[in-house]
Amino acid sequence: MRLGSGAFAASCVAIEVLGVAIFLRGFFPASVRSSSRTGHQAEPPAPEPLAGANSNWTKLPLPLFSKAVIVLIDALRDDFVFGSKGARYMPFTTYLMGKGPSHSFVAEAKPPTVTMPRIKALMTGSLPGFVDVIRNLNSPALLEDNVIRQAKAAGKRMIFYGDETWLKLFPKHFVEYDGTTSFFVSDYTEVDNNVTRHLEKVLKRGDWDMLILHYLGLDHIGHVSGPDSPLIGHKLREMDSILMKIYTALLTKERETLSPNLLVLCGDHGMSETGSHGAASAEEVRTPLVLISSAFERKPGDIRYPTQVQQTDLAATLAIGLGLPIPKDSIGSLLFPVVERRPMREQLRFLHLNAVQLSRLLQENVPSYEKDPGFEQFMMAERLHGNWVRLHLEEDHSGALFNLGTKVARQYLGALRTLSLALSMHVAQYDVYSMAVGTIIVLEALTLLLLSTPQVLHRRAELEVPLSPAMFSLLFYLMFLILSAIHVVVCTSVESSCYLCSLPWLAAGGVMVLVSALLCVIASALARMVMDSTLPWKSAARPCSGWSEVGLLLLLGTVGHVLSLGASSFVEEEHQTWYFLVNTLCLALSQETCRSYFLKDDSELQHRFHTQPGTVGATCIQQDCVACEAPKAGQAGKGPCPSGALRGHTHWAVLAGPWLVLAFCRLLRSLNHTGVQGAHRPDFGHWLTSSSHKMELSCLAALSLLMIFILVQRECSLMSKVALALGLVGIFCYRAAIGNLLFPWQPANKGISKGILEARFVYVFVLGILFTGTKDLLKSQVIAADFKVTTVGLWELYSGLVLLAALLLRPHNLPVLAFSLLIQTIMTKFIWKPLKHNVAEITVMHYWFGQAFFYFQ
Amino acid sequence: MKETDIKTLLYAHFLCIFSVILSVLIPSFFVENFSVLDTHLTWLCVCSLFVTAINLVLYLVSKPNASSKRSSLSHKVTRFLKCCIYFLVSCFIFHVIFVLYGAPLIELVLETFLFAVILSTFTTVPCLCLLGPNLKAWLRVFSKNGVTSIWENSLQITTISSFLGAWLGAFPIPLDWERPWQVWPISCTLGATFGYVAGLVISPLWIYWNRKQLTYKNN
Repeated sequence: MRLGSGAFAASCVAIEVLGVAIFLRGFFPASVRSSSRTGHQAEPPAPEPLAGANSNWTKLPLPLFSKAVIVLIDALRDDFVFGSKGARYMPFTTYLMGKGPSHSFVAEAKPPTVTMPRIKALMTGSLPGFVDVIRNLNSPALLEDNVIRQAKAAGKRMIFYGDETWLKLFPKHFVEYDGTTSFFVSDYTEVDNNVTRHLEKVLKRGDWDMLILHYLGLDHIGHVSGPDSPLIGHKLREMDSILMKIYTALLTKERETLSPNLLVLCGDHGMSETGSHGAASAEEVRTPLVLISSAFERKPGDIRYPTQVQQTDLAATLAIGLGLPIPKDSIGSLLFPVVERRPMREQLRFLHLNAVQLSRLLQENVPSYEKDPGFEQFMMAERLHGNWVRLHLEEDHSGALFNLGTKVARQYLGALRTLSLALSMHVAQYDVYSMAVGTIIVLEALTLLLLSTPQVLHRRAELEVPLSPAMFSLLFYLMFLILSAIHVVVCTSVESSCYLCSLPWLAAGGVMVLVSALLCVIASALARMVMDSTLPWKSAARPCSGWSEVGLLLLLGTVGHVLSLGASSFVEEEHQTWYFLVNTLCLALSQETCRSYFLKDDSELQHRFHTQPGTVGATCIQQDCVACEAPKAGQAGKGPCPSGALRGHTHWAVLAGPWLVLAFCRLLRSLNHTGVQGAHRPDFGHWLTSSSHKMELSCLAALSLLMIFILVQRECSLMSKVALALGLVGIFCYRAAIGNLLFPWQPANKGISKGILEARFVYVFVLGILFTGTKDLLKSQVIAADFKVTTVGLWELYSGLVLLAALLLRPHNLPVLAFSLLIQTIMTKFIWKPLKHNVAEITVMHYWFGQAFFYFQ
Repeated sequence: MKETDIKTLLYAHFLCIFSVILSVLIPSFFVENFSVLDTHLTWLCVCSLFVTAINLVLYLVSKPNASSKRSSLSHKVTRFLKCCIYFLVSCFIFHVIFVLYGAPLIELVLETFLFAVILSTFTTVPCLCLLGPNLKAWLRVFSKNGVTSIWENSLQITTISSFLGAWLGAFPIPLDWERPWQVWPISCTLGATFGYVAGLVISPLWIYWNRKQLTYKNN
C-alpha cells in the first residue's frame, strides 16, 4: 500500500494517541463507584442488627444538629490554623479549639489538590481521579450521590455563598446563592466581601438548615504572593472574625431552639511553599478540619495535637450529623468523636450504618470481598452488635453491657478503618494489562515511524507501507491467536477490574488485530531494510556527508533532554537544561559562522596564493600575514572582525549574531527566576512588578511594544499594519486600565476598572488581522496567483498571533516577546540564510528557542 | 611518523598528568587543611601554575617546531609578551562566556575568573607553547583536516576534551543532590581537569590505534 508521507505520519500519530489513551485508562483507574447509580429514591436504611429478632430501629436516626454552617476557606493549610500563624492571627479559633466545645483534625486531601475534585471529595466522600482536573474549569453537575443531594431530598433548605464551582456542581440545590468567580486571581478582597456581605442578614433570619460559605481570597493571595506574604495574616484575621460572628449567631439561635448547631471550618487543599497547589507535597495535602458545636464536650486546657483523618470522612460525618443517608460512593468513615456523647445504642447504630455502606461499596467493586480483612471484621462486629442490642433490649443496663458496647464500637472502628483503606487502595490500583497493551502499541507505532524516517527524507513524499502482505502472512494470524489467548487468560484469571476486559469482545479483538498487524508491518519493513542494505552493499559508496557539528549537537541535545526527563532532579530544573542547550547552540553556531567565514577566506587566500609561485598555500605559517590578521576562532573566540575592505557589514552581523543572541538570552534569564531552587530568589521581574517601579515598567513595556511593532509589521499589508499598531496601543491601554502600567499623560489614575473594554478592543483587532490573513491565504489558494500573497497572508496570521500573545503576557514579560522576535529575525537573516541550514535543523532550533523562552517568561 | 614520536608524546603527557597529581599532593605539605574541595581556589592557582610550568619545560626541552627563522632576543621577548597577552585575553573571553552561560555577574567574580584561568591553562597554554602566538596556525589546527603532526593532533584532542569536561561539569550544579562539589565553579573545574587528563590519556592511544590512517601533509 502506498501512502503519502503526511497520511502516513497522521495515521502513526492516530495510533500513538490510541495507545496513549489505553495506557492512561489503565494508569488513572476509574474511581470506586456504587453500581446502583440511578437510585434517586432512597433505599431503606439498614435495620439495626438484633440477634434472633428484628429491631424496631429501622428508620434513619434523627439528626444530631439542627443547623450546619460549613466555612470552606480555599487553600487553608493546617499550620494556618494549628501552627504559629493560627495562634497569632486566629485567636478566636485557637481559643475554641483549646477550650471550647470542638473537635479538630488534620484532614488529608488526596491529590490532585485542586478545588473541584476536593469539593467533590468533601461532599461525596469518594476519591475523584486525576481525570477530573481537566474538568476543573468546566465542571458539569455532580452526578454521584452526595450530601447536598441527600439534604435536598430530605427537604433541607440550603444557602450557598462563594466559589461558583459549587453552583455548577449542584445546580438548583440551593434556595439562595451568590457565586463568586476565581478568574481574577489578583482580587483577594472583593471576592470575599461578596460572600461576607450576605452573612449578617442570613444569620439573623434563620430560615435555613445548612449554610455553605466558600472563601477564595486566601487561595488568591497564595497564588499571587505565596504563603509567607503579610497579606495572609490579614486574611486569616478576617476569617477569624467571620467565624466568631457565625459562632455567636449560632449560639443565640441555640438558645431559642434548644437544639445544637454545627459549625465546620475546613480547607479544600493546602498551599505549597511557592503558593501553588495541585501536587502531593505535605503542605498541599494537609488541611485543617475543625468541628464546633455545643453538643461536644468542652475540654479546658486540653490542647492535643489534632489527629489525622481523611478529607473524605467529612461526608459521612455530615450525613450522620444531619440525619441523612451516607452517600453511596463515600469511602470515608465516621469521625467518632462527633457522636461520642450520644447514648451507646445510637453510637453503635451510626457506626453500623457507615460500616454497612462501606461493605456494600466493597462488595460491588472487589470480586473477592469475602476474603477482605475489613469485611471479616465488619461481620464480626455486626454479630457482636446484634448480641449487644438483644442484651440491651432485655433491660440489662449494667456496666458490663457498657464495656461490651465499647468493645463493639472499637471493633466497628477497626472495621471502618480497614474497609476505608481497602477501598482507597482499590482506587490507587494500576490496571497493568491495559498499560502494557498501550505501551506496546505506542512503541510499535514509534518504531514504524523511526524505520520509515530515512525513506521519507531521501525519496519522494510517498512511501511504501507493506500492509497487505503483512495482513495475509502466517505471522499475523499466529500473533493474533496468541494475543487472543493471552487476553482470555488474563481476563479470566485477574482479580481486579481491567478496562480492556470490560470492553466488548469485538473492540478488544480490534485492538489485538492492530497490535499484531503493526508488529507484522514492522517485521516486513525491517526485512526490506536489511535486503536493501545487503543488495547494493558495494555500490553504496556514497560520499561521506556526515553530520555537521550543529546537527550533531541538535540531535544529541534533544535526545539528552528527553533522557534527562527521567530524573526528577532534572525535571525540577528543566529550564537550566534548556538555557544551557541554547547557549551551547549559540556557541556552536558562532563557531560555524567563524569557520565558514574564515574557510571561505582561506580558500580565497589559497586561490590568490596559487597564482603567485613559490607559496605553500594555507599551510604556511607566516608572521607577516598582516592582511589577513584573523581573530582566533578555534575555540569559538569572539571575533574582533577583520579589517578587509571587501567585506560589507553583513559579515560583521553574521559573526556577531550568535553573540548578540547569547547576550539577549543572558539578559532575559535574569528577568524571571524559576525552578524549585530559583523561584524564590529576587529577580528583575519582581523589581519591575513592585509598585514603586511602575514608571520603569511602563517605559519598558512601551519600548517592547514598539519593538514588536517594528519587527512584525515588515511584510504585512497596510491595513493589518494599522490594525497591529492600534492593537498594541490597545494592549498598553488595557494594562494601564487594570493598573499595571501608568499613562505618561495621566499620572493620577482614578480607580481601577476591569479593563474589559480595552481587552475586547484588542481582541477585535486580533480577529481582524487573523481574518485578513486567512482571506489572503484562501485567495492565494484559489487564484494560485503569486507567491507574495501567500507570504503576506502568513505574515498576517503570524502578527495576529503575536498580538494575542502580547495581550496575554504579563507586562514585565513583554520584553521576552520582543526579544524572541528580535532573536528570530537575527537568526533568520544572519545565520540560517547565510549558512544554509536545512528545514529540519531550523525546526529543531525553533523548538529549542521556544522552550527556552517559555522558561524566560 | 614513527613509533618513537608517539612514545615521546606519551611521556610528555604522563608528565602533564603527573603535574596535575602533584598539584593535589604538594600543597598539603605547605598549607594547613588543604583539600581540593575546601580550599578550592588555592588548588586552582597551584594546578594552573604547575600545568603551565610543565608545559613550558616541555616546550623548552623538546621544541616541537623549532623552525623559527629569526631568533633574536628582542623577537623572543615580544613573542613571550604576545603569549602573555593572548593568555590574558583568552581568560577574559572565557570569563565573558561563563557569564553569558549564566554565571553570576557580580558575585563570585574571583571564582569565575579562576575557572577561566584554569580552562585557559588547559587549552590556551599548550596551544601557545606548540603553535606560538599565531592565530592563523590555530585556525588551521582547529579546522577540519588541518593538523600536520601528532603533536597538533593530540593538542586538538586534549583541548576538545577539556572543553567537553567543563561543559559536562556544569550539569550537576542546579540539581538538588546537595553535595559539596556542586557549588559553582567546583564541578566545572573538576570536569575540565578530568577532561584534560582524559584527553592526555586518550590522545596517544588514539593516535597509536589510528597510526595507519593518519597521514600528515608535511611528514
